[in-house]
Amino acid sequence: MEIVLVGLNHRTAPVEVRERVSFTVEQARRASEELRSKGILEETLVLSTCNRSEVYGVPPETSRECAPGLSNFLSEFHSVRLDILGNSLYHHYDREAVRHLFRVAAGLDSMMLGEAEILGQVREAYRVAHEQGATGPVLNRLFQGALEVGKRVRAETELGTRPMSAASAGVKLAERIFGKLSERSALVLGAGTISEQVIAQFRDRGIARLFVMNRSRDRADGLAKQYGGEVVGWGEWEKTLLIPDVIVSSVSAEEPVLQRRMVEQAMGKRGNRALFLMDLGLPRNVDAGVAKLYNVYVYNMDDLTEIVEQNRQARENEIPKADSIVDEHVGKFLSWQASVELVGLVNELRARMREERAQFIRARVGSIQHLTEADRARVEKLMDDMLETLLLEPAQRLRGEKDLRRKVQNVEALRDLFLSNRVKP
Amino acid sequence: MLVIERLAPTGTGRRVHSALFISTAVAYALSFAVYLIFLNTGKVLSGRLGTLLLAAGLVTHYFALLGRSRGTHTVPYHDLYGAMSLFGWLLALTYLALELYHRQRSVGALVVPFILLFFVGAHLAPADKLSPPPAHGPLFAFHVTLNILAYSAFALAFVLSLTFLIEERFLRNHQLGDVVWRLPPLELLERMSRSSVLIGLVCITIGTAFGFLWVYRLSSEYSFYDPKYAITLLVLILYAVYFRLARTTAWRGARASKLCVFNFLIVFLSFTVVNLYLSANHRFF
Repeated sequence: MEIVLVGLNHRTAPVEVRERVSFTVEQARRASEELRSKGILEETLVLSTCNRSEVYGVPPETSRECAPGLSNFLSEFHSVRLDILGNSLYHHYDREAVRHLFRVAAGLDSMMLGEAEILGQVREAYRVAHEQGATGPVLNRLFQGALEVGKRVRAETELGTRPMSAASAGVKLAERIFGKLSERSALVLGAGTISEQVIAQFRDRGIARLFVMNRSRDRADGLAKQYGGEVVGWGEWEKTLLIPDVIVSSVSAEEPVLQRRMVEQAMGKRGNRALFLMDLGLPRNVDAGVAKLYNVYVYNMDDLTEIVEQNRQARENEIPKADSIVDEHVGKFLSWQASVELVGLVNELRARMREERAQFIRARVGSIQHLTEADRARVEKLMDDMLETLLLEPAQRLRGEKDLRRKVQNVEALRDLFLSNRVKP
Repeated sequence: MLVIERLAPTGTGRRVHSALFISTAVAYALSFAVYLIFLNTGKVLSGRLGTLLLAAGLVTHYFALLGRSRGTHTVPYHDLYGAMSLFGWLLALTYLALELYHRQRSVGALVVPFILLFFVGAHLAPADKLSPPPAHGPLFAFHVTLNILAYSAFALAFVLSLTFLIEERFLRNHQLGDVVWRLPPLELLERMSRSSVLIGLVCITIGTAFGFLWVYRLSSEYSFYDPKYAITLLVLILYAVYFRLARTTAWRGARASKLCVFNFLIVFLSFTVVNLYLSANHRFF
């Protein structure tokens, strides 16, 4: 009942390698099927995100022996030479494999520390494998534990609460002023990459109305179509500035696009309704004087970058707390694993002793002539009772005492000691 | 049950069950601590626990008021202790109602200290001679209770407006510490403040009308000589003005919040200086 993990991630492999080894859902299903049909693994689960591809499994033999087979499988499955993959792949076994998965689910192993999406991706990978029947008792328990760790880390630490990009920091700031954005409207000036990031953030938060204004109408049309926004003609300031609660500007212009006079007039017409301006342009798109206007809040790229930096430090400060949650659950899982293995061992021992007893009676008691059938049955019963008494206490202690299970580190050694001449299950 | 008996100079007893006092004070103090944790960590569980503890404090506070009223054979607001204690209880009640309505717990850490202050302060207030009120009856009880409820609603609006001004200052100056991310959004603070003022306006209007009616029944004529009438009218006008201006172009936002903070200073003046030194008929309420 070992656990093996083979995979690569953003730390060990460049994007060129990662994209060649990533799995679609269908590929993940097929890989699981092949791994089990070829006898490489008994239980399998493929976790594939944009930053990692990992195969978790329970091998029929000792895990260290099956790791090379898994590497070869990955190489063949994706048609990537092993010498290209070799340096990027990591192999983890048992405790390390469990700890790795739990840290992944907690967002501790993500490129952006504490990102929230990974927990959903782990949940989805588990759902796919479970529905396929590729998981068994070990991986079920392991991934349920991982989901619990992910939830606890998010609930009990601040690892995932603070925005980590200028776009998300700006959107969070808008929520500080307006609350939920589902009844708000936003105007995005520019249609570049940054604008798209912000628009995606707005859409995630269900913004009610989204306007896109860009010098090139085609690009604005594309963005508006993709994200369900409305295109506004470049320069229609007088009318446009009256509507939005949030304005995001990310255009290249030598002079500020939004002048103080222009915003001041608009504020008067809109009844001084609060306006949040996110200036993501360089040079700045919003005139410095705008920040002095009543009920207008202006944040530029430097302000937002500073917030992101503060948040990054705050998230890093949460790592020890998150790691202690991970370690607690690793301990729980290993204890469960040991209990299952040890109880299995006790059952095997019981079967073995009964067999020995039967042989003993045949060889020794059978030759005693004066014993009646009833006496023989009685002797057999007495021997059974003695053997049960011998096994009962250790079996009960293994079920009840977690610490004892932790102390018994190597179940295989016990198995070899008591069941050396028998085939491993 | 242990009983603390504080005797007034005249020998009138003021009996406060110490177990109720301690459990109420502990519930409010714990609620404050847990709301603080919620403000710092944002953990939902802390917020819920803060609400539960506040509700528990509200219940024991109610029984403390009830027990005291039975012990002194008078209404709880008949002296400074009772008026302050009732004020604290109604403040807690109003806050809890607003918290549930707006589903926002971040203000709890800012409101509960006032509730605790009024509750404990009331207990520490000097004992007074309790003479029987000139009249009893539901009209008088409604008059006083509704007016104290109005004051507590205005106190809540004061805390909310103050929070708005602090948060707004932080946001404008780009000083975003840990706490700012936990405070309610500015617009929600504005809405909560307006809701609170609306409750206060309705209560003070009805409560004052009941008061005039009660005076009329008592003396067969309206009396306009008490300074309390003038300041109550001023409070009513100022809050009505706030309620109107808070939605207008020039005032919405920080300006309206400043007006709300100012208005509460008048309420405070009415509840303290006017009641204690200027009004003959409104000694403590």
